[in-house]
Amino acid sequence: MRLKSQTRRKSMDVLLKVIAFLSSLIGVFFLGWILLVIIRQGAAAINWDFFTKLPAPPGGEGGGLGNAILGTLYMTLLAAAVGVPLGMLTGVYLSEYGRDTRFGALTRFTINVMMGIPSIIMGLFIYTIMVVTVGHFSGYAGGFSLALLILPIVARTTEDMLTLVPHSLRESALALGAPRWKVTLGIVFRAAKNGLITGVLLAVARISGETAPLLFTALNSPYWPDTLGQPTANLTVTIFNYAMSPYQNWQTAAWGASLLITAAVLSTTILARLILRGKKA
Amino acid sequence: MKAGGSSRTHTAADAVFKGLAFVSALIIFVIMVGIFIQLIHSSRLSIKEFGFGFLFSQHWNPVTEQFGALSSVYGTLVSTAIALVLALPLSLSIALFLVRLAPPSVSRYIGYAIELLAAIPSIIYGMWGLFVFAPYMADHVQPFLENTLGFIPLFSGPPMGIGMLTAGIILALMILPFTTAVMRDVLQMVPSIVTEAAYGMGSTTWEVTKKVTVPYALTGLVGGAFLGLGRAIGETMAVTFVIGNNHNISASLFEAGNSIASTLANEFTEASDPLYLSSLIELGLVLFVITFLIQVAAHLWLRRLNKSKGQS
Repeated sequence: MRLKSQTRRKSMDVLLKVIAFLSSLIGVFFLGWILLVIIRQGAAAINWDFFTKLPAPPGGEGGGLGNAILGTLYMTLLAAAVGVPLGMLTGVYLSEYGRDTRFGALTRFTINVMMGIPSIIMGLFIYTIMVVTVGHFSGYAGGFSLALLILPIVARTTEDMLTLVPHSLRESALALGAPRWKVTLGIVFRAAKNGLITGVLLAVARISGETAPLLFTALNSPYWPDTLGQPTANLTVTIFNYAMSPYQNWQTAAWGASLLITAAVLSTTILARLILRGKKA
Repeated sequence: MKAGGSSRTHTAADAVFKGLAFVSALIIFVIMVGIFIQLIHSSRLSIKEFGFGFLFSQHWNPVTEQFGALSSVYGTLVSTAIALVLALPLSLSIALFLVRLAPPSVSRYIGYAIELLAAIPSIIYGMWGLFVFAPYMADHVQPFLENTLGFIPLFSGPPMGIGMLTAGIILALMILPFTTAVMRDVLQMVPSIVTEAAYGMGSTTWEVTKKVTVPYALTGLVGGAFLGLGRAIGETMAVTFVIGNNHNISASLFEAGNSIASTLANEFTEASDPLYLSSLIELGLVLFVITFLIQVAAHLWLRRLNKSKGQS
């Protein structure tokens, strides 16, 4: 074997290290760039009216996105109210009852596949069953399509977190005569509490920034969301509509909404991480 | 008999709880099957009208009611391919830095920053892409590419900023945190005894990486690529903002194109005609089938990874 020269080997090595370092900087650089743009552009739009008023007409002055903020909150809550319990129960089934069964394996596989299905497909599915049948777009449809996104994430994290709880804990509780459901909810859930909260927070953060599933379900609306039975205003579709419009005041509002949604999602994500880290410390 | 009574309610409560858990698991399964059936059912008009030709026709004209998926499928595949070509080497190199090269404290913060890229909502990438990144591409990157690589048809054309290339780059950024996370885990799984043996023989980091780490971790790295592929292929909002939404297939990556998801996002609410709507839903069905197959392939691949891990 021909030996390569020492200098060439050394320089290849230095090159690799430099490239690896620069690659990491590229990632950090883009994160910084995006956040900086969102904060600079968005700050101009944020004021008290932004949170409390209805949108201004195109080209008009003032106004806010109070209705969209409220609509996004309502639909995210609806999605969490439907998706979290269902997801957690599925996680319980996978971890406590069906761990080694064939149906358990099938469900686990289904959950993994479902997590990879694009969110716009969920919107399409809900459109065919909740919008076509009723005849109009609605906030309920929006909430349910978000629920379909949160469901597999919560199921997966619940299973992962419950599996981490040692068997001896379950066995001691069962030996004391506690029924299975009480052991699960009172002992296993409590042991896995921080992990479960983190999982739910991350899942909620993720769906609150979603746009695609709302496009053909909740649509959007210039009015207050008094009922979810009608098209419902929301921040993300508002950003889409306003950004594509030629009106300066709408584009400014879109930047404001972008800042708001980014701040909400990022702070929830960071909070979730802190909770998980608090457990380890 | 207090004790007996309570034990009976306990048994009943247990049965109810187990039943609820089982039904929830069943619901997830039913939803998945339901999505498939609903999408087929809702696109029956278009399936009947165009048959398999739908997949191979480039015509997309709502006025004459001619619909074909080819340009959308092409755009989806090309933008995803650009994203993978850019993101895979970048994330491997980042993962290498985080696992092997950086001191632990630096590694933690940079790793954290990369993870935060995943938390930014898709529509924010769209806003930034359309108003900040696309103009930058048009003013600096595309003229540069045209001047240096313009002899390749891929890199010639009007520097408009928006288009296939910009969409691909933004997709690469969006999948970067996911592929990096997988590759980081995979690299951490390489036993230190193997790498240390190589270092002990006098290898440099580059040689250890090329001849030991990467071959050892290859199966897992490919799994990371699958994950990135699945993420990129159905991404909607960011792509819709910057791809340009044009139903033409063009050799140039500077030209505007479209993807399945962007076509749906743009045209769905405007589609009033039943055949138009049905064609759009069939596009969704195509996307569903593609992502489903990717997930199944990734699942089988990872199972192979776990099996080989069990043997060693």
